[in-house]
Amino acid sequence: MKVGVVVFPGSNCDRDAIHAARLAGAEAEPLWHERPDLHGADVVVLPGGFAYGDYLRAGVIARFSPVMGALREHAGRGGLVLGICNGFQVLAEAGLVPGALLRNASLRFEHRWVRLAVERRDTPFTAAVPQDRQLRLPIAHGEGNYFLPEPELDALEARRGVVFRYAPPEGNPNGSSRDIAGVIDSRGNVCGLMPHPERAAEALLGSDDGLLLFRSLVESAARVTTAAGAA
Amino acid sequence: MSVHRYVVSVMPREGILDPQGRAVESALPHLDVRGVRDVRVGRRVELSVEAASEGEATALVERLAGELFANPLIEAWRVERLEEALR
Repeated sequence: MKVGVVVFPGSNCDRDAIHAARLAGAEAEPLWHERPDLHGADVVVLPGGFAYGDYLRAGVIARFSPVMGALREHAGRGGLVLGICNGFQVLAEAGLVPGALLRNASLRFEHRWVRLAVERRDTPFTAAVPQDRQLRLPIAHGEGNYFLPEPELDALEARRGVVFRYAPPEGNPNGSSRDIAGVIDSRGNVCGLMPHPERAAEALLGSDDGLLLFRSLVESAARVTTAAGAA
Repeated sequence: MSVHRYVVSVMPREGILDPQGRAVESALPHLDVRGVRDVRVGRRVELSVEAASEGEATALVERLAGELFANPLIEAWRVERLEEALR
C-alpha cells in the first residue's frame, strides 16, 4: 500500500503528510508535480502549503500541473485522493470536490486548534474514527471560508457530502457556510478538508487525532488493493 | 498573425463576501470620508495575444478568463480590448 504525496512549488506540509502516512503503516513517497504519473501510488495526498505562492487564487495554478492529469484519472477510477488545506483548495479549483474557499471572514490568517464533528464514518477517510469521537486538529489558512450557493449547499447536504464540521466550543474559525470544514465528492473517493490531520499525528504534537484519518485511508486502500489482487 | 492586447476585469459576484472591499470601506472614516459605500475589490489582468484574427484572440482570452483568471462559482469577469478600455 503506497501513499503518494504531491509536491508543488510552495507545498510545505508534504514531509509531515509522508511521516503521518508512514505512522499509519503505509509506504509513502513524494510525487514531484511535474511528473505526469503517480508512480504506482494507491492513495494520493495533496498537502498543505502555498502552491505557486497562492498567486491569482489559492490552488488555481497548481490545478494545471502535469501531475493533475494523472490524479484526475486516478480519481476517475475510484482511487482515493485526500486534499489538506491548500490541497483542498487545489481540489476545489480543479472541480474534483464542490465549492470554493474564500478569504476568511476575519480577514486574518487563522492558525489555531479547532474541534471537528465527524459527520460521516462510512467513508474511506473516516472509517477508523470511533463513534461520537470529535477530532482536535490545527488549522492554518487565510482562505478557508467554504462557499457554495445555497441551493447547491442543500444538494450537498442531501447527498451527505459534508464530512467534517467545525464544532463548539472553538466553533467556526473562518466564516464557512454551515460550519463546513471538509467535503467529499459524490462518488465518495475524493475528500478535502481545511484542518491539518498530518500536524496532529502524534501525541507529542498536542493531538494524535489526525492519525485516525491516515489510518482510515491506509486501511481502506489496503482493503481495495487486496480485493483487486484477489480478483 | 497580429497581436491583440486585452484587459480582463475579475470581480467577486454579487452576494459573495468581499472582505477586501469591506476592509477598504472600514478605513474610510480614518480618512474623514463620508458617503462612500459599496466598495468592492477585484483583479485586473492584462495580456497580449498573437492570433490569426481578433475573433480568435478574443475567444482564447474568454476561455482563459473562465478557466484561469476567474473562478466562475465566485467571480464574474469582463474581457475588453485594452485600447477600448483605456478610452
